Amino acid sequence: MLDTLAGFVAELRRSGLPVSPTENLDAVEAVTHVPLDDREALRWALATTLVKRHEHRPAFDTVFDVWFSLRLPAVATEDALTAGELATLLDAALESGDDELLRELARQAVARLAGMSAGRPVGGTFYVFRTLRQLDAEGALERLLAGSGSGGLDDRLQRDELRARLDRLRAEIEAEVRRRLVSEQGPAAVVAAGRRPLPADVDFLHASPDDLAALRRTLHPLARRMAARLARKRRHNRRGRLDMRRTVRYSLSYGGVPLAPQFRRAHPSKPEILVLADISGSVASFARFTLQFVHAISGQFSRVRSFVFIDGVDEVSSIFEGSSDLAEALARVNAEADVVWADGHSDYGHAFQAFWERWGKEITPRTSVVVLGDARNNYHSANAWVLGEVRKKARRVYWLNPEPRSYWDTGDSVASLYAVHCDGVYECRNLRQLERFVAEVG
Amino acid sequence: MTSPGPRFESLDAVRAGLASVGYLADDATAGVAFLADRLDKPVLVEGPAGTGKTELAKSIATWSGARLIRLQCYEGLDESKALYEWNYRKQLLRIQAERSADSAQGNQAWDAVEGDIFSEDFLLTRPLLEAIRADEPVVLLIDEVDRVEVETEALLLEVLSDWQVSIPELGTVVATRIPLAFLTSNSTRALSEALKRRCLYLHLDYPDAAREKQIVLARLPGIGDRLAEQVAGVVRTIRQLDLTKAPSVSETLDWARTLVLLGVADVDVDVVSSTLHVLLKHRGDIAKADRELRAAAAG
Repeated sequence: MLDTLAGFVAELRRSGLPVSPTENLDAVEAVTHVPLDDREALRWALATTLVKRHEHRPAFDTVFDVWFSLRLPAVATEDALTAGELATLLDAALESGDDELLRELARQAVARLAGMSAGRPVGGTFYVFRTLRQLDAEGALERLLAGSGSGGLDDRLQRDELRARLDRLRAEIEAEVRRRLVSEQGPAAVVAAGRRPLPADVDFLHASPDDLAALRRTLHPLARRMAARLARKRRHNRRGRLDMRRTVRYSLSYGGVPLAPQFRRAHPSKPEILVLADISGSVASFARFTLQFVHAISGQFSRVRSFVFIDGVDEVSSIFEGSSDLAEALARVNAEADVVWADGHSDYGHAFQAFWERWGKEITPRTSVVVLGDARNNYHSANAWVLGEVRKKARRVYWLNPEPRSYWDTGDSVASLYAVHCDGVYECRNLRQLERFVAEVG
Repeated sequence: MTSPGPRFESLDAVRAGLASVGYLADDATAGVAFLADRLDKPVLVEGPAGTGKTELAKSIATWSGARLIRLQCYEGLDESKALYEWNYRKQLLRIQAERSADSAQGNQAWDAVEGDIFSEDFLLTRPLLEAIRADEPVVLLIDEVDRVEVETEALLLEVLSDWQVSIPELGTVVATRIPLAFLTSNSTRALSEALKRRCLYLHLDYPDAAREKQIVLARLPGIGDRLAEQVAGVVRTIRQLDLTKAPSVSETLDWARTLVLLGVADVDVDVVSSTLHVLLKHRGDIAKADRELRAAAAG
């Protein structure tokens, strides 16, 4: 058991989880207090001692599932139920929502439908997808719904219940596929193949839809955390002059000894933020996420104005201010903002010039300007003088670039032409770097 | 530091005990509480607001018959509010009384006075010291620990890892019996690694529909089975939407209570939309949920 645990912890560290030696010892002790034949008990005993951040939990679960996979005998393909029997079982399992039934269904379905064979270089997701499609679980769901059909709210509740059961079935199928892969290739290989970056390390530019969904889920907690941090920082940095009246008043309760000097509270000045974001295809996901983020913490600024551009530029502040639903606001940005001037390829030079002519005079010494983009200009003229002018009027100018630093100035990237006019240029490839930027300059 | 044996007999005892005071814990929650006792470690409980983090500590105290000592954290919390403080006013009075007596009888040695005013009589114990000095079993609840500054967090480290407090004038106070400690956090700020390392970690999330139904039934005995199921279902549907603030368990209970008071036996769309403000507290969220549920009912 000790060896297994040591290997498990090493694997967690390889996945990027910080596990300290003390935590390792705690885990070993915790395991002695739980029944060893109970796999779920082992899971929470290890999780509570080894994983101290909720974002790390999915990574832990992946490693755990592989390392301590249930050793159920696999069903041979020829012994498995036929397609017709599977469909009957599927209906029964979905209708009852019984765990045992779902698990049995998953085992049989994988054996019959996944078509797994040794040595094929495909990942587990492929088999899961194939099994689910051939099982036609979605179809079964519609069938069951059509059968009940009372209409109204109950219908909707029923649908959500069935969907939850379907998710459980999917999880069972994933587990079954994983079990088979582990018995074939050994745990280390499966973990290595399934290793995913932690949400904070996902690269904005190469994020899959699943990754983006996971990122969006972290947005609100992150925004709350950053807002609290900014507010705290402002309160602490500004300590006003000595307040004689309050100091004397306070000293009275200590016999007139001025033990604790009291200070006037300074009025914190909130910065005004102007975001100028490139939303062309290559950097769209980055720009959208960052816009969402800025608006989620907009309470910390006296004003947030957002502009989006491709080769033309348009203001979208009103879209964000009007609605409390950021996802909807983003959809409207795409539909309503008038950002294409010539051909719909990024042209920073023209976009900047148009911005300067129309809104340049509205920049005040209280405005911080944040530009989001990869500075890939498609060999148009850079018009870097605009940023120079903006900087003269604005409080600060920052540039966030979602590309790795080593790619800047390669090809059509003119990052350094713009960089000379900025107070700071930051590489911003993932959440971690975005968070650091806000903490540094906020 | 002596430990007079474990408090909890077994895992099942913890789960059953919590259920007996109306807290339906899932296996992991009961398990972590059980481990906290066996390993003598504090538990850091994180999760969205209103999922029963504080309630967990309270329920454990109620069930095990321990005294609950609560330290509510806030920004600016310091030693004198968390650990102990000398009762300055009382000390002043003591010195003054001494002085008026002295002028009649000649001077008493200052040492005696000093020894006198820095004694137990003049010590104001605050929650942490109180929990450590307690002879009877206690549950220490440090609520919303993410609100204190990083410097104050360091103060907790000595207490939570060594279970002792040093008072320069009196010496070190060591716990006679290690209290069961729960720290709750809404994660408005990342806690220091040092603190996390010393704690067991528990993330309390929203319960699934089946368990939420059980919670509603346990807390509102008057409610019917069907209504409870509908309540849990509607809340799950609403939580799946992308909202600013998803409804918490306590809001679910408030809503169920509202429905019972209104005499509703069967939930339909109109009932939901007229009582949504109990579940959701943002205008945008209410509009969105209302739209979504009406679409479901129409289609």
